[in-house]
Amino acid sequence: MTSFPEAARVELQNEQLRANLRKATDTIRTKRAGVVAEVPDWEALREAGRAVKEDVLAHLDEYLVQFESAVQAAGGVVHWARDAEEANAVVADVARAHGADEVVKMKSLTTDEIELNAALADAGIHALETDFAELILQLDGDWSSHILVPAIHRNRSEIRDLFARTIAPDITSDEPADLAEASRRYLRERFLGARVGVSGANFGIAETGTICIVESEGNGRMCTTLPPVLVTVLGIEKLLPRFGDLEVFLQLLPRSSTGERMNPYTSLWTGVTDGDGPQELHVVLLDNGRTRVLADEMGRQALHCIRCSACLNVCPVYSRTGGHAYGSVYPGPIGAILTPQLRGIENAASLPFASTLCGACYEVCPVKIDIPRVLLHLRAKAVEAKSAPAEAAALRAAAWTFASPRRFAVAQRLLTPLARLRVIRRLPWPLSRWTATRDLRPPAREPFRVWWRKRP
Amino acid sequence: MRIALFITCIGDTFFADAGRATVRVLERLGHEVVFPEEQTCCGQMHLNSGYARDAARLRRRFEKIFAGFDAVVSPSSSCVGTVRELYGMENVLELSELLVRRLGVEDVGASFDGRVTYHPTCHSLRVTRVGDAPLRLLQQVRGLELVELPRADECCGFGGTFAIKNAETSSAMLADKCDAIAETQATVCTAVDGSCLLQIGGGLSRRGAPARAVHLAEILASA
Repeated sequence: MTSFPEAARVELQNEQLRANLRKATDTIRTKRAGVVAEVPDWEALREAGRAVKEDVLAHLDEYLVQFESAVQAAGGVVHWARDAEEANAVVADVARAHGADEVVKMKSLTTDEIELNAALADAGIHALETDFAELILQLDGDWSSHILVPAIHRNRSEIRDLFARTIAPDITSDEPADLAEASRRYLRERFLGARVGVSGANFGIAETGTICIVESEGNGRMCTTLPPVLVTVLGIEKLLPRFGDLEVFLQLLPRSSTGERMNPYTSLWTGVTDGDGPQELHVVLLDNGRTRVLADEMGRQALHCIRCSACLNVCPVYSRTGGHAYGSVYPGPIGAILTPQLRGIENAASLPFASTLCGACYEVCPVKIDIPRVLLHLRAKAVEAKSAPAEAAALRAAAWTFASPRRFAVAQRLLTPLARLRVIRRLPWPLSRWTATRDLRPPAREPFRVWWRKRP
Repeated sequence: MRIALFITCIGDTFFADAGRATVRVLERLGHEVVFPEEQTCCGQMHLNSGYARDAARLRRRFEKIFAGFDAVVSPSSSCVGTVRELYGMENVLELSELLVRRLGVEDVGASFDGRVTYHPTCHSLRVTRVGDAPLRLLQQVRGLELVELPRADECCGFGGTFAIKNAETSSAMLADKCDAIAETQATVCTAVDGSCLLQIGGGLSRRGAPARAVHLAEILASA
């Protein structure tokens, strides 16, 4: 994959993208701050969310088996998938068994992670995205740049033009309501004719086998109730032990995510119910690197993530570069710690460095993932896995210098010729990367320690 | 009180004025400042860059040098963040914290002529949590006009080696910070971290902005 700095360089040149992102992330973060401030026990809620997730990860083996039994008892079929290939094969087999050449899909990061749509296409099955933003991206062959707002990098006139080319030849307005109406007309018939629906999941309840999804548009409820067959793909970390735990997470998630007190649609289903909703339910439990993450005691907290995207909206890096620079369906700060762990650090070694460690992400995380701390942990792993000889030599020299105050003083003396300059405008590589856009303040004419010694 | 000064490697080399100012402010308030000359760097640069073993050696050095003092002061909240929050050394404080929280002083008897805006650096905001301590100190400085910085809590883009490794992103963040400073029409942007001032000052200087970057300690020391 392209390294983050290289990908970011390209994205940063897109002024429209930066303006869109600024506006959108500012709006969501202001909304979030407002609704979070209303909750008097927000910090206690965060702590409760963290504790539940920690417990889930500590006893994941037991909760998974409990969940499997509960789903089976309620009439569902459980499939275990080691990786993307196995998970995709399950979905394709179910669709094939029902003679479906199209499945209707709700927005799901997990299915994006395993590239389900491409796998289904290879099997001759079209996966229709029914979330408004996902539909836009699908129609244009584009991909998501934000966990919650996948088409955050597009504006409405671009969308109007796209719809005019594809699903609504007569559209002239770019009013949000008209755009939504165009997509609704296009989707409604497809929903009614679909034989198989595909969903992700926000939560799976080990105790009852219940699956929970939260959404804004209602397309998810259509996907999970209209087709006679439903396949739900969920990462193994999505479990909660008890039904009552939803009390914590259904407060944390909407407020952190869309900045709403409650999201418009919350759907819960347990197995199959005679005469109501899908009569065949398949649940795919996906590993795809998650047990490897679980094995790392410091890094595993990345699996606490409930995909709210609050960390993206406050991230000064994400809000400049957008999501595509992160090269994964998980962008922003959470992506910077999740992707390298899921794919292996050697395959995403630049991501843990795509942060100033400003800490804004940790501050808003509803389940208290200490992202800066995990970034440091992964940086050390990245350095071990991938050597950068020039950098390593420079840092070794610095460490050697810092090991002795005498050597440090010598190094300072070597810099003194620069102290005579008023300002430093050009430096050799790699420091030229600093002076390309910034001057450098010259070192002090007299380092502090020299002055201290001379003091009477 | 007898207070040890942790000057930091960047402070020692680039912000010696801020170091001298720190000494002056504390002595003016009647405290004794000592400077353990064995000190060099706390190891933050190595730690943040992924060189954990080198960082661990520098950490051990640092702990040996500073563990014995009742109070250690530093003109850098970022370095304080590393040694207090990661190394667990509770005796280390950033200058504004020491003055306002520990010593209960808000008026240090300073006068400073200028329109000043304050940039709360990320680590002072979210790691050492100095809160409004720097603002309380600035509010008591005679002659100083304090103006609020728009989008103040947003990172300036320094981030240590981030500024080099991700130079373009860092520069985009810096450009927005410099724009915000320009909006305030301040003549001075101040902060409690030399490293962030290196970035902000470098940006302001390159665009020929009327504002300059000055460490809080220097404002507090001026009379």
